[in-house]
Amino acid sequence: MIPPLQPGSPTHGPRRTTRREFLGAATVGAAFGWAGCNAAPRFTGAIVGPDRALGHRLRDRDLPPPESSERHDVVILGGGIAGLAAARSLALRGLRDVVLLELEPETGGNSRSGINAVSAHPWGAHYLPLPGAQANEVRQLLAELGVVTGFDAQARPIYREEYLCHDPAERLFVHGRWQEGLIPQLGLDPGERDQVSAFLQRMEAFRHQSGADGRPAFAIPVDRSSQDPMLLDLDRITMARWMDREGFQAAPLRRYVNYCCRDDFGAGIDRVSAWAGIHYFAARSGVAANAPTHSVLTWPEGNGWLAARLREPVPAGQIRSGHAVFGIRHDDRGAEIDVFDAAKNRSLRIECRALIAAIPRFVYRRVHGLPPDPHLHYPPWMVANLTLDSRPESRGMPLCWDNVIDGSDGLGYVDAGHQSLFPHPRRTVLTYYRPLDSADPATARAEALKADWSHWCDLTLDDLSVAHPDLRRRIEHLDVQVWGHGMIAPAPGFIWGHRPAALTQREGVVYFAHSDMSGISLFEEAYTRGLHAADAVFQQLQTTA
Amino acid sequence: MNDRASRLLLLGSVFVIATCGLVYELIAGTIASYLLGDSVTQFSTVIGVYLSAMGAGSWLSKFIDRREGWIFVQVQLLIGLVGGGSAALLFLLFPVVSSFRVPLYGLIFLVGMLVGLEIPLLLRLLKDRIEFKDLVARVFTFDYIGALLASLLFPLVLVPHLGLVRSSFLFGMLNVAVGLMSSRLLIPPGPQRRLLSVSGFLLLGGLLAGFIASERLMAWSERSAYTDTVLYAKSSPYQRIVLTRNGADLRLHLNGNLQFSARDEYRYHEALVHPGLARLPEARSVLVLGGGDGLAVREILRYPSVDRVTLVDLDGDMTRLFRTQPLLTRLNGDSLNHPKVSVVNADAFTWYATNRQRFDFVVADFPDPSNFSLGKLYTTTFFQRVRSSLEPGGALVVQCTSPYVARKTFWCVNQTLRASGFNRTAPYHLYVPSFGEWGFILASDQPMEAPLRLPTGLRYLTGTTAPSLFEFPPDMDAVPVEVHRLNNQMLVRYFEEEWAQYVH
Ligand SMILES: Cc1cc2nc3c(=O)[nH]c(=O)nc-3n(C[C@H](O)[C@H](O)[C@H](O)COP(=O)(O)OP(=O)(O)OC[C@H]3O[C@@H](n4cnc5c(N)ncnc54)[C@H](O)[C@@H]3O)c2cc1C
Repeated sequence: MIPPLQPGSPTHGPRRTTRREFLGAATVGAAFGWAGCNAAPRFTGAIVGPDRALGHRLRDRDLPPPESSERHDVVILGGGIAGLAAARSLALRGLRDVVLLELEPETGGNSRSGINAVSAHPWGAHYLPLPGAQANEVRQLLAELGVVTGFDAQARPIYREEYLCHDPAERLFVHGRWQEGLIPQLGLDPGERDQVSAFLQRMEAFRHQSGADGRPAFAIPVDRSSQDPMLLDLDRITMARWMDREGFQAAPLRRYVNYCCRDDFGAGIDRVSAWAGIHYFAARSGVAANAPTHSVLTWPEGNGWLAARLREPVPAGQIRSGHAVFGIRHDDRGAEIDVFDAAKNRSLRIECRALIAAIPRFVYRRVHGLPPDPHLHYPPWMVANLTLDSRPESRGMPLCWDNVIDGSDGLGYVDAGHQSLFPHPRRTVLTYYRPLDSADPATARAEALKADWSHWCDLTLDDLSVAHPDLRRRIEHLDVQVWGHGMIAPAPGFIWGHRPAALTQREGVVYFAHSDMSGISLFEEAYTRGLHAADAVFQQLQTTA
Repeated sequence: MNDRASRLLLLGSVFVIATCGLVYELIAGTIASYLLGDSVTQFSTVIGVYLSAMGAGSWLSKFIDRREGWIFVQVQLLIGLVGGGSAALLFLLFPVVSSFRVPLYGLIFLVGMLVGLEIPLLLRLLKDRIEFKDLVARVFTFDYIGALLASLLFPLVLVPHLGLVRSSFLFGMLNVAVGLMSSRLLIPPGPQRRLLSVSGFLLLGGLLAGFIASERLMAWSERSAYTDTVLYAKSSPYQRIVLTRNGADLRLHLNGNLQFSARDEYRYHEALVHPGLARLPEARSVLVLGGGDGLAVREILRYPSVDRVTLVDLDGDMTRLFRTQPLLTRLNGDSLNHPKVSVVNADAFTWYATNRQRFDFVVADFPDPSNFSLGKLYTTTFFQRVRSSLEPGGALVVQCTSPYVARKTFWCVNQTLRASGFNRTAPYHLYVPSFGEWGFILASDQPMEAPLRLPTGLRYLTGTTAPSLFEFPPDMDAVPVEVHRLNNQMLVRYFEEEWAQYVH
């Protein structure tokens, strides 16, 4: 399979004024080209993404009653990774009477992506670490998709190298210049340096640690982690508390760990549990014949590539996008769903023998008529895609895939052009990420939904201009998406306290599959849950057929 | 103004016209030999065109039978404009037009014709003021003295101190100034004279702006970066192409890195092509990746058995330059226009995505892996693609920088070729004076056992020197290195480390 190749390839043509000049010769063209740089910065863009009006109608249940009805064997709610994984699995087993209902015009959920003349680019999830020993399902999937092309003599998978994150992968803007890697190195005093390396050693130790039950201390999927109470105790305190307790006080180290937690959970070290915080460092243990353990897989469109591959075997007729589910009832024999078809502006009722709820649990509770669960926190996020006519200048390390500014409220940006094999990229798309975690999720969400496009532009540019004063004039287009409920944040006591009891896996004929059931939102969690829900549904249909 | 003064002034303008005319001619001749080479041909054709154009101008003057004064001044201004802007215009047009000779001779002809028109007109204007034999004597004296002055000024003052572009703007201004003065003598005050004055001053301003801007541009031009004369410089969408010359030597620089020197490029290109291709007696189709200068293709075309050469080079500006500029087509033997050769302007990776052709021999002549983007063209991923495009028994040769300066870099390419599935690799090297010690690696699936059958006409490789290239002295011999992959870019890291240490 060939990925959508070559963002910024010559077919799109560089748009920059080409300087033509001759030596010893004054050329008017060059003088104009030069003056052109100082032209006032102007770019286009908009807030894109979820249909706000539909969202509100859904929340307020302001939708017409069903006018018609259908019957199907299986209905899948939600076309994110979990829903698509379930649909794919059922399709590969030859189940035909399946319908997937997706609210948005496109499937993919938090792994959706966009594309423009310059490059495909992610809107949410953008990478997958090499799957470790516990993530059998994901390893199997990657072999099926041709991401793994074979195995070496030690049975280590050989990855298709164009999908491995190309070098150089990461850089950090600190003390006015870019350094290679995200772990702070520039300008640390010896004490800070020692703390950083001690911390990393601790994490490495956790990575190799097993609990009393013989299971790995931290695994992906999370449910395959050790249940050793000593380890689960880490879930009772925040990451910040744990760092205090262990004497990890160095400010650069804390900024780094805080960045990591915000990057993975949308919440910083004083909000997420220590178990989750450590999990970020200690659960990634995949090996490869042709890459080191910490490597990741990525594509110009991020995990949108994976979403598209999952969708491929699913017959097009089974997927109904622009369909908002607003009512669910079920008993032991079947389920009944009320769904609003946005394009036709009418609702219908679907009866089914089995239902896979691959929607966030808070949405499920709402449409099922249950009160909100106060333990489910989904901080909002904003993501901006900046289409540039040329790459920004950098002091120090050149442009990498992941580019982070030390101490910023944003998480930096990912370069969609990075995975291009085209050797002379000029234009590119940068994806800027920012969890909106300065207030509690509900307040932050309410504020975020009120803000207009220019607010987000300012926020983005104020942040990035610190490292790239030249960025503004290179922007051609800037689109923004606000994720009202980005992903679940694992507050202390959630993953190993509230979650196992509250986020059930099955209720009668309803099978749940969504990454929030893991307390940590990851591709591996979503995929595995989708696959297992499909397995269970298949079993049910076999036994009741 | 009395009659004597005005007579003198008009004769003075003959002098200026003659000087300027010759300066423009010399400038055009110099630019033509800079840009096209072969100065004897360029100068004699330029002079020929100029003189015949003067003849045409003189002949045309007979069709003017009214308002000679008015036309005389207008032609003066026109010479100032065309001649003054000619150098800048020629440099400007060189990279964008496919046939540079058309604007070159067109401009020379125009200037020559206008100058040729002026002398008869002036003779007519003065015929009532001076006796005929005196008139002819004086006009031609001024004309030839002007020519003498120009021919001395040009090499001694103008070229070294002002440069071609500024000189031409300066003389344009002179032309216009004299035109303005003669309008005061020849045209009675009134709207006509005012019109001429206004247009004259506008022209003067424009030429002055050109003069000043040329100086400004020179400051940040490559002039300062290259010790040799810069013939041509252009930013294509992908790179900065600069061609310089120093005496007979011609050098191409891409992004400031030397690509070849005409003096010794045959060493590089013979070594790039023949050690591999001369052992492939059956080779019919050859692919060249990079190498938009057509020099490797020139070597490949020495094999009559090869009936198809595909050149894939990213930069259309490069291949266009080496297809059209006589200086360069002479160097590459016009190889890119050869009927066996097809030129594709595409990125090698992109091109491979759709390529279905197979090749007996592939030449990878990319720029050194000096940054992460170029590094991608030396990865296992890329070499695997090349390998799968080879015919059974085919081979690949890769230019791999200097094994002396960048030893790890060189052997890293070797390791990478092995890791990409090539069972056999044969590294070799030679000395290229303008580069230093330079290395290549041949890669194939089977040993290349056919006898070496070198084509005739080579200047470096012989049956005895060729095998010696494969011997490595201890200071360039293999070192343990890692494989270069997209996800580690080891090669770029080695390259940076090794070339940074090497002060050159
Ligand atoms: C900004 C951001 C960055 C991320 N980066 C990464 C990353 O780099 N790597 C990684 O592994 N993970 C990342 N994630 C986590 C990401 O959430 C998971 O990887 C994965 O995409 C979750 O899939 P899911 O199927 O569990 O959930 P979702 O993506 O939430 O899918 C649920 C689907 O249900 C639909 N839906 C909701 N309500 C209704 C309704 N009423 N009717 C019908 N359909 C409905 C939604 O539109 C959506 O398509 C990121 C998340 C965000 C927000």
